[in-house]
Amino acid sequence: MIKTQNVTFSYSATQKFHFPDVDCPNGQTLLVTGNSGTGKTTLLHLLGGLLQPTAGNITINNQDILQLNAAKLDAFRGQSIGMILQKSFFIEALSVLDNVVLASWIAKKSKAKEKALSILDNLGLKDHVHKLPSQLSIGQQQRVNIARALINNPSVILADEPTSSLDDENALIVARLLSDLAKEYQSSLIIVTHDQRLKSLFNHQITLS
Amino acid sequence: MISKIAWKNTWFKPLNTFLSIILLTASVSIISILILLQKQFEEKFSSSMDNIDLVLGAKGSPLQLILSSVYQIDAPPGNISYTEAEVWMNKPMVESAVPLAYGDNYLGYKIVGTTENYTKHFGLKIQQGNLFAKDFEVVVGSNIAANIGLKIGDTFFGTHGDVEEGEVHDHHAYKVVGILVPSGKVADQLILTNIASVWHMHDHEHEGHAEDAHNHSAEEPHVHAEGEEHHHEEVNPHEGKEITAVLLKLRNNMAKMTWPRIIPQNTEMQAASPALEVNRLFALFGVGISALTYLAYGIMFISGISIFVALYNTLKERRYEFALLRITGATKFQLLWLVLLESIFLCTIGFILGIVFGRIGLYFLSISSQEEFKMAFDPFEFLWKEEGMLFVATLAVGIVAAIIPAIKAYSLNISKTLANA
Repeated sequence: MIKTQNVTFSYSATQKFHFPDVDCPNGQTLLVTGNSGTGKTTLLHLLGGLLQPTAGNITINNQDILQLNAAKLDAFRGQSIGMILQKSFFIEALSVLDNVVLASWIAKKSKAKEKALSILDNLGLKDHVHKLPSQLSIGQQQRVNIARALINNPSVILADEPTSSLDDENALIVARLLSDLAKEYQSSLIIVTHDQRLKSLFNHQITLS
Repeated sequence: MISKIAWKNTWFKPLNTFLSIILLTASVSIISILILLQKQFEEKFSSSMDNIDLVLGAKGSPLQLILSSVYQIDAPPGNISYTEAEVWMNKPMVESAVPLAYGDNYLGYKIVGTTENYTKHFGLKIQQGNLFAKDFEVVVGSNIAANIGLKIGDTFFGTHGDVEEGEVHDHHAYKVVGILVPSGKVADQLILTNIASVWHMHDHEHEGHAEDAHNHSAEEPHVHAEGEEHHHEEVNPHEGKEITAVLLKLRNNMAKMTWPRIIPQNTEMQAASPALEVNRLFALFGVGISALTYLAYGIMFISGISIFVALYNTLKERRYEFALLRITGATKFQLLWLVLLESIFLCTIGFILGIVFGRIGLYFLSISSQEEFKMAFDPFEFLWKEEGMLFVATLAVGIVAAIIPAIKAYSLNISKTLANA
């Protein structure tokens, strides 16, 4: 679960964001929408500990992440937060499987190879595990991203525009898949998007302005 | 796992990797050849020089005398009178004296007439058979036995001079009675016999010239040396026999200092110090070796730049990779380590290939130097200290080249990188 209170952030003196409070229990999905420039990605980076807010609290699993020092925050991020980005990034030189296993090794110092295989299998990527990421289609790449975000059973999954590069059919499939997986893994799922197609799917929504 | 990423990344862009590795390999192999050559060269020269304080020989170039007498790689400057040399050999401050008479060869291997003092002086041991006892009996060095397959009981004819294609002394055949244990010294390449054999070999030539004016030619044998003028003996008919040089070990440091001056003043001979002459020779070589070493370090410097450029250029496309690692929980330090490690891998591969190619190069160099100078080098020797230092230097180049890209990766702003993706 993830909670925020009165989070504000500013890139400069003129550009200030005051974000509405976020409260997303385990297994639930929260959709954060808003037009460009309203701070969607900024909010996501704040929640993921990639940026430090000017004021406010961010609590993940009863841990105030602003109290953590840089190294502990890195470790906490690896173990408790799974991030899915708009574009699919990979270690290009590693296979699909190794890309997923890598996330478990960085977070927990152990290689969860079996688990990575079963998640990839679940996501229909069984035949592609030994390929290089660049050999997959965009939709498949996005699913590898999801697998990587899930490998450490994170408390929170943060997804930044996970469907914007997908066609209608795939966008809905991915969105449903994410919310189903969040239920299954009892994670809080926060999707930041301007994708209108998703609005009808989720009840819990916040609109930034 | 970081090392796995680094390793895979090294091979993911093989072209960049290839250039850096080629440059590293070139510089490391040149340096390792030079290190080995210099070490083994000096070792060969120094080990044969052990126990020799002075060399007595004909006047002329002292370096030539040393090269010919101690190392057997040059023609002797001339001959000296045995009786005159004996005056000095028998002085009380002489600990041991080894007379040498040479000037003939067999298939390019020098035949040296000497006494058993030679084997004692250089600590040579007989592997098979015995030391020469009678005239025309020879003991051969281990390399000769191995290279031309001489066995105990074999016989051969010597050739005049120091090249294979000389006049053959076919009056007497030498007979192999012993083979030496390999010593790493010049003796590995020598055929040793007693001095009388060398004299007799040349007596026969004089018998051929029996009608020559001097009827005492039989009692006046001499050893031919390159450059020696034959009318010398007619002009100066000297009773006694001639030898080429005497290796001296002295008891007295004073004599080591003064003899090189006294002997040429009072006799027709000179006394040269091997240590001095060889140092002079090394100094000459040293210039060339230093120049090559600087060149090789220059190549290493360029390879460092090549690694830097390769890493720096890929930073832009790899910043998402770094951001990805950070959002999955990698620390800044792990990114720094990743970039450094990639460079270290390159350097290690370059170093290993360089050492291997250096060995191969030295192997071929050794084959040709053995043919030309009868001097072999061992390509399988490892100089842990020097080559360890070279490895440290190579790694240092890699780390310095990677430090700026590594710091860039370390200080990457992930949020900004992802927001601008």
